[in-house]
Amino acid sequence: MSRFKDKKGKGTPAISTASLPDIIFMLLFFFMVTTVMREVDLLVKISLPEASEVTKLEDKALVDYIYIGPPSESYLGTEPRIQLNDQFARLDEIDAWVKLGTERRDEVLQPKITRSLKVDKETNMKIVTDVKQELRKSNALKINYSSSQGG
Amino acid sequence: MLRKKRREGPGEINAGSMADIAFLLLIFFLVTTTMDTDAGILRLLPPIVDDMENIDKVKDRNVYIVLINDADQLLVEGEPMDIKDLRAGAKEFMTNPTNAENLPEKTRITAAVCREQIAFNRSYLAGATEDEDRVRFQKEIDRWEDKLLAVELLGEFMELPNSAVISLQTGSKTSYNMYVQVQNELEAGIRELREDLSREKLGRRFSELNDKDEDDQKLIKAIRMVYPQRISEAEPVDVSRRNQ
Repeated sequence: MSRFKDKKGKGTPAISTASLPDIIFMLLFFFMVTTVMREVDLLVKISLPEASEVTKLEDKALVDYIYIGPPSESYLGTEPRIQLNDQFARLDEIDAWVKLGTERRDEVLQPKITRSLKVDKETNMKIVTDVKQELRKSNALKINYSSSQGG
Repeated sequence: MLRKKRREGPGEINAGSMADIAFLLLIFFLVTTTMDTDAGILRLLPPIVDDMENIDKVKDRNVYIVLINDADQLLVEGEPMDIKDLRAGAKEFMTNPTNAENLPEKTRITAAVCREQIAFNRSYLAGATEDEDRVRFQKEIDRWEDKLLAVELLGEFMELPNSAVISLQTGSKTSYNMYVQVQNELEAGIRELREDLSREKLGRRFSELNDKDEDDQKLIKAIRMVYPQRISEAEPVDVSRRNQ
């Protein structure tokens, strides 16, 4: 009887949490290595189309993004809008944006700049075609139709 | 008493909060970073051409016209088509296996033809006086030398005419998703042709050729020459208006 009582008093020993920081640090390093910093706050809702024949864009430093989709804030309506950098833009602002992006880079790298179109899959082609025409006019010919791998 | 204290040294720092600090850092990184690696379908837009009149009229048989209307339906070469069949259609256009009248006429490229053309152009180049002509002949020589290299690597092949192109046109209300799907199918068709060629002639997969290796680079270039990716993003034509 006395032996039984003794055991109950001790209970199970506490699990050591000494290795918890190590585990968390491992997770932390994993995320630090595999992810990249978010560069812009998206003002438009984008769900990318799926495609199977995708190429990965190797050099992130040589990619500029154009976002097209319905605004995330519902009071702005559902008409698709263009977002360049951190703000909405009109079609005629694309040219200046392209120039800015080109001048920012070294001359040697300038022809390698890709403009990646991140377009919501429900968008009509009209706005996409217009943007493409603008890009052609400003001689930004290398483009990428951003899509998620699948299908 | 004094001795005992010294042996103990300074007390251990409590590491209990280490986990909390690490958690904070972890959550910070989770919030501020994104996982998405950007991938997509790469395309080269054609440069703006000022005078459209000087462009040569391309033979009908050399253009594979894919129209997508406002209701996301496909019209390929004048016939309605399901997107499932588009891949096969593109492959047929690129290969023209039956030498059909309405598909591009392919020319057989052999080593002899290449050597003959190089010799021809060399003699022209030697006789040319104008700079413009010299540049043109030199370009021709380079082009045929590339072909000769391709023949040496892959054997004789049937070459598509230079003007052969897949032309993709959309309506203004076509959904972007459909457009990407069509682009994807066309791309897949060309990739499959390249894979088949690579497996047949080299016994290797095209996707496994290393584009940093010099020999493989030549092979990739040769295979791309046999099945070039010519998907035209040319002048937007409003499909809906076209049909009226």
